[in-house]
Amino acid sequence: MFRLLEDDRGRMESTVTIEIDGYPVIARIGETVASALLREGASWSRTTPVSGARRAPYCMMGVCFDCLMLVEGEGLVRACQTLVRAGLKVQRQTGPRKVGPSC
Amino acid sequence: MLKPDLLIVGAGPAGMSAAIVAARAGLKVVVVDEQPTPGGQIWRGVEANAGTSRGRALGSQYCSGLATVRAFRECGAVYWPSTRVWQIEPTLGTYVTGPGGTRVIAPRLVLIATGAQERPAPFRGWTLPGVMTVGAAQILLKNPGSVPSEPVWIAGCGPLALLYAHQLIRMGGAVAGFLDTRPSTPLRESLRLAGRAVLRSSGELAKGMSWYAGLRHRAGRYVPGVVDLQALGTDRLEGVRYRTAAGRLAEIRTSLLLVHEGVLPELHTARSLGCEIQWDAGQAAYRPVLNEWGECSHPDILIAGDAAGIGGAEAAVHRGRLSALRILQRLGKVAAEPGMTEESCRAALARALALRPFLDRVFRPRGEIFAPDDDTIVCRCEELRVRDLRTVLAGSVGPNQLKAFTRAGMGSCQGRQCGLTVAALIAAAEGRQMGEVQPFRVRPPLKPVRLCDLAGLADEGLSS
Repeated sequence: MFRLLEDDRGRMESTVTIEIDGYPVIARIGETVASALLREGASWSRTTPVSGARRAPYCMMGVCFDCLMLVEGEGLVRACQTLVRAGLKVQRQTGPRKVGPSC
Repeated sequence: MLKPDLLIVGAGPAGMSAAIVAARAGLKVVVVDEQPTPGGQIWRGVEANAGTSRGRALGSQYCSGLATVRAFRECGAVYWPSTRVWQIEPTLGTYVTGPGGTRVIAPRLVLIATGAQERPAPFRGWTLPGVMTVGAAQILLKNPGSVPSEPVWIAGCGPLALLYAHQLIRMGGAVAGFLDTRPSTPLRESLRLAGRAVLRSSGELAKGMSWYAGLRHRAGRYVPGVVDLQALGTDRLEGVRYRTAAGRLAEIRTSLLLVHEGVLPELHTARSLGCEIQWDAGQAAYRPVLNEWGECSHPDILIAGDAAGIGGAEAAVHRGRLSALRILQRLGKVAAEPGMTEESCRAALARALALRPFLDRVFRPRGEIFAPDDDTIVCRCEELRVRDLRTVLAGSVGPNQLKAFTRAGMGSCQGRQCGLTVAALIAAAEGRQMGEVQPFRVRPPLKPVRLCDLAGLADEGLSS
């Protein structure tokens, strides 16, 4: 849904690769998981616990909780408040959260 | 346990400005903020962007935040970024979780400077991937510098929608069309307010008019008087159907729609402490009941910036300073800067707020957003439609009972997206004014907390 501006595309030295559901995603250092996700073709972040409907980041400022994703080492967190780092593994949250170790 | 004189929640214009005055005067100040860098939403990423082409495109008002951020960095306040406050007790014991783990802070006074959020305005399909707020898109513009991949459709009412369109076009993006949901303002009232606005802040007014003119000129299409929206699609947005006040129905194809219906003060933090609120009809929003210093119904809590009532960044700076001056007075200190007086702050605040009555009136949200139809999801978290609330609404129960019966407001966002609409539906069902209906009671924690964060309190000696 989104693309980086022309003047920023060349700055490869400031990028890292993260994994979303096992697929590599190139992200800019200093951006959030949600903002990297929104440049992907499938930019949804979770399915809801009630109906299983897809949701994507909506507010980007931490108040809507539609970007909840499973982040390695952190558990279920708001992707719009989570900064990328090299090798970070992220999974879309499908349905209700299962009980299990997360941090 | 940290025991500062002052805890400030939020490092936007108000929080930073208050911290600078308080720390320079010798108070021990702790500032916690959810973002990784200072600036709030308005000056988000300003340290990285100022002086670059992106900064120039975002505008001089944006870049002017750099001076405040720099002064804040150097003022001596303890600053905890990427940290969320999840509970403040009435005795001011405050629980926060951030990169340093979970900590407890026991300040003498608290200043809430948590800013604003966009007004939730439900319509059919607004939960589909591809529907986002204009504020969200503006955040992406500031960091990492993302723009919609295709010319974008914007629907809304409010200065932010116009500002975003203006910034996007300057940065090389394109607006496919603008569905203007602004209701028309009665002519006589517009002229009266415009006249006053011209006298007080002609520069700001001219800037806004130029955004409007630019938008009407540069957007592929401009549709005034839109009263109803419907997002179409199953797994993601595929199109938008809209209706105008004149009754015209039309449909567009798009995979991204940005919506905006103004902003609301962040009230969760204050209300969790029992701070009194009131309905502000002019701003179509609840706001805290405050005196001229930002003091609220809780004796040791002050509120500044947009969390005190929408006023914009410039007003937030002066409200932050005024609250800090009051805090200094209460703790027996004086401001270190010679020019930092109550009189100068009040004069500057009045100037900053001069255009506000005009903006509030001209961008007053249309009534339709408070009365969505039966098929519209109200509570995004629990996926409850207006229809699901109808039977309970008929029983005259009030928001907290409605929450217990239906789960509206019980999901992850804790009513931040449905609270206003539910209050409006109750008011309408019972024939009461918004001021007579209180929104949901706020329950701890303010933000979801993991069990391991709670367990981390053991390090603070509070596990028992």
